[in-house]
Amino acid sequence: MSNVGVQVRGWYWQRVSAMVLAVCVVIHLAIIIYASRRGLTAAQILGRTRGSVPLAAFYALFVAACAVHVPIGLKSIAEEWLSWRGRSVSIAAVFVAVAILAMGLRAVWAVVA
Amino acid sequence: MTMTAHGHPAWWAYLTHRISGLLLALFLPIHFWALGTALSGSAPLDAFLRFAEQPLVRFAQWGLVILLVVHLTGGLRLLLIEFRPWSGLRHDWIAGTVGAGAMIGLVYALALLV
Amino acid sequence: MDETLHARIWRGQAQGSFKAYRVPRRQNQTILDVVTYVQRHLDPSLAYRFACRVGMCGSCAMTVNGVPRWTCRTRVAEVVDGSGVEIAPLAHLPVVRDLVTDMRGFFDKWSRAKGRFVGERTRRDEFAVVKPDSAARVAVDAGIECIGCGVCYAACDVVGWRPDFLGPAALNRAWTLVNDRRDTAGRDRMRAVAGDAGCHACHTQGSCTTWCPKHLAPTAAIAGLKRVTAKAAMRGEL
Repeated sequence: MSNVGVQVRGWYWQRVSAMVLAVCVVIHLAIIIYASRRGLTAAQILGRTRGSVPLAAFYALFVAACAVHVPIGLKSIAEEWLSWRGRSVSIAAVFVAVAILAMGLRAVWAVVA
Repeated sequence: MTMTAHGHPAWWAYLTHRISGLLLALFLPIHFWALGTALSGSAPLDAFLRFAEQPLVRFAQWGLVILLVVHLTGGLRLLLIEFRPWSGLRHDWIAGTVGAGAMIGLVYALALLV
Repeated sequence: MDETLHARIWRGQAQGSFKAYRVPRRQNQTILDVVTYVQRHLDPSLAYRFACRVGMCGSCAMTVNGVPRWTCRTRVAEVVDGSGVEIAPLAHLPVVRDLVTDMRGFFDKWSRAKGRFVGERTRRDEFAVVKPDSAARVAVDAGIECIGCGVCYAACDVVGWRPDFLGPAALNRAWTLVNDRRDTAGRDRMRAVAGDAGCHACHTQGSCTTWCPKHLAPTAAIAGLKRVTAKAAMRGEL
């Protein structure tokens, strides 16, 4: 795929992940406002999340969308404000994506399993 | 001497969107790490939550929620500009972003304090 | 109204400084009037460009108090900051001298964006039929009045951050050609305007649309290019 092709797809996937995140964030905000009122000890949180397949699926999707959306945005900032261009910034972006996916799914597993 | 033409609403909307996104991106690993402590049982998570009750941390939490709402609403404005028929720079949505941030800020403050 | 206007005007090239001049205030005085007064009465070595002086040609574009404008259409009363005004050359272009910039790069990018009509009919063929109220033609009409003054290019932060970014004017022109059903260079043009040197680097700051003296909306054109290039990429045409 040409460089331009990659850049166009990057734009496209950032917008698609944005649409997914819009839905996820609205739901997540409702959840955290609800949770803040119901109690925020570990036992209370984990009591609600442990064993919940829907919650696991929802947050796994949320994490995946973040892993797409965040690196593309950070790459733009790096290229424009830090003048960081070329292969190394692309590799850094992939690294950020993998890190978000790994840490995020680990967090989901931690509260659901 | 590069002068740029800042100071108009759409430009502030752009800057707010970029800064809020950047701050949220920096926050995300902390959030994932904190939740990940539950892998070792409830105790480490409880320790973190107690730490999070400190006023400065709660304030940061509150700020992050506002950043999230502002980034989301501003982002919806961008999706409308990019995918829907042109109807200007959508200053109504810029106002709405400020409004949504203020509203959720108040709601979340109530949830945290009451 | 103060009797005297304190005008700080850029002298030099990329290296240089603002020099202060005292200019008598007049009713309905424009920034171009101020610059002309300085050159005629105070310092004949001041270099600046203008042509029509009635807001038609775009030659007099400069940076006034940080904002790119047509100086013949900018009244001092509208922009004066206290009793002063700061006049500099357009941003993001090499400075030839004082208020004169080298616009070759700006027009080169127009060419790189394939901002040139390519047709296949000759005068021996029938006229092309273009419905004026078709969505495509309406899109063309909305952007066709660009006279290449460079204000949008100077206003855009992305132009400053990304040296190869084609800029709002070139992309706006490309959009008018994308929507021109007579044009045959579509595929090349898609490749030319896509990616980080093209429309996808635009962050919708909207400075171009805000400051265009002809009230065009390059932001709208760029959004349109984003959509059509994404579709082309999905079809494997890029």
